[in-house]
Amino acid sequence: MTPAMLDIVKLSKIYETPSGRVHALDGVDLSVARGEIHGIIGRSGAGKSTLIRCINLLERPTAGKVRVDGQDLTVLPARELNVARRAIGMVFQHFNLLSSRTVFDNVALPLEIAGAPSGLIRRQAREALERVGLSDKADRYPAQLSGGQKQRVGIARALAGRPKVLLCDEATSALDPETTVQILDLIRQINRDLKLTVLLITHEMSVIRDVADRVTVLDGGRAIETGPVFDVFTRPQSETARRFVRDTVGLALPPHLTESLVPVGTSDRPLLLRITFVGPAASEPIVSALSRRFDLDLNIVAGRIDEIQGRPFGTLAVLVDGAAPKLEAALNYLRARNMPVEVLGHVPSHDRAAS
Amino acid sequence: MSQAMIELLLEALLETLLMVGVSGALATAFGLPLGVILLVTSKGHIAENRPVNAVLGAIVNATRSTPFIILMVAIIPLTRLLVGTSIGTPAAIVPLTIAATPFVARLFEAAMREVDPGVIQAVQAMGATRLQIITKVLLPEARPGLIAAVTVMLVSLTGYSAMAGAVGGGGLGDLGIRYGYQRFQPDVMLAVVVVLIALVQITQSVGDRLVRHFTRK
Repeated sequence: MTPAMLDIVKLSKIYETPSGRVHALDGVDLSVARGEIHGIIGRSGAGKSTLIRCINLLERPTAGKVRVDGQDLTVLPARELNVARRAIGMVFQHFNLLSSRTVFDNVALPLEIAGAPSGLIRRQAREALERVGLSDKADRYPAQLSGGQKQRVGIARALAGRPKVLLCDEATSALDPETTVQILDLIRQINRDLKLTVLLITHEMSVIRDVADRVTVLDGGRAIETGPVFDVFTRPQSETARRFVRDTVGLALPPHLTESLVPVGTSDRPLLLRITFVGPAASEPIVSALSRRFDLDLNIVAGRIDEIQGRPFGTLAVLVDGAAPKLEAALNYLRARNMPVEVLGHVPSHDRAAS
Repeated sequence: MSQAMIELLLEALLETLLMVGVSGALATAFGLPLGVILLVTSKGHIAENRPVNAVLGAIVNATRSTPFIILMVAIIPLTRLLVGTSIGTPAAIVPLTIAATPFVARLFEAAMREVDPGVIQAVQAMGATRLQIITKVLLPEARPGLIAAVTVMLVSLTGYSAMAGAVGGGGLGDLGIRYGYQRFQPDVMLAVVVVLIALVQITQSVGDRLVRHFTRK
């Protein structure tokens, strides 16, 4: 196995504040394989910004190692760190372009800083602009561009020095949904064309779904869950991950149902279940099977099929009514077929399932 | 107004232009590095250095709070050392420069502080040295603000230069005091004021135009 492109070991960052010490990062381990797009998700304050800024040492970690292509950046003296940073491109939420420079000169800047000869600068900057589809805007100033175009310039600038790793710091958070999709497509395409390793942080699970191969969930400065995107979406292990997934592909249940829910076992009224279909199970006629086998009444209250990395993934909320032992048998049947099912509670009021 | 008066007025105008121009150029040359150092050594900036920042800041504040007329007299020994005399137009340039340098340095510092910290970070992430951050980001990004600072300084220097008469520096202010006030010639006073107003207006509008020209936002 080839060693990871990015290897983060026991990374900690402690801020000393007037009100005490704050652990922004608390022993984070993270490994990103070559050519992989790795997403980091967390809510604000989870430490994701600190984490990405510790990778190129814009912030110096309190403890731990950051290895990029085998080289530990935390031990490098300033001069060598500057050289190492040239191998790491970075894209920012607010673009951070120089307003006094044209698009072309912005893209050329990292090469200029690296002291590249002018012929090489021109060639690579032009190539990078072409890759993001902005060759025709080379002589414009950033203020004359739209948000999406500015971010394309930001990406071209990050690519101009032909980096080994691309860091995206909430790269789409300042963009509208349509532009977000375009920028994510661009990142995906660059990742494929250049085999470029990408680490991106976001607070939007939809970004992870659309672009990442693997995801790490960050909470309270710790990496609490990590895995392939499909697995984390379909079988989230931590409560935080579950909440992110629910917010993105989850079902919005009708409010009159969620408001009247009572805990399981406190009523003999119909049960509200949330069933998740993954992969081949997504195409099974599960509703009619339950109905026929266990003599139950099922009423679908909400449903949705999503696709994650090209694989179907569905969620169904059903009200199930029937005798308690049969309900129990039905739940066991679902679990035995490896179908994640959540029992949300009873719906005591008037309902349609029992009719 | 007689022909002689007009010649006097022209001569005074040239003296004022000389004083303001030379001291303005020198103050810009000294003030720019001083402003950069004040900024980059401040808390949280790219070359944070408390002692350097505190000492320079104290010197700048002390110079700025000394009334110009007192500063002019107080540094006569230095003036004599530098230009060989303590009276005349060249002698006035020394205190004007010393007064304008910390003034414009603070304005430069403020202009460069307006540069988006995110842009500085972006360039740090590219592996830029501190000198590269100054030359490739701070100075070019702040250029409109720096030009505005020079404009404000030149206008202030025009006002200060009127006090240069106290050391025989000549200039428009001096002419106005000696002829307009002391010899009761209100027409000379009026002419001096009109020329000064025109001078300040021209300086300001040229400055504004340059600021607009270099603003890309």
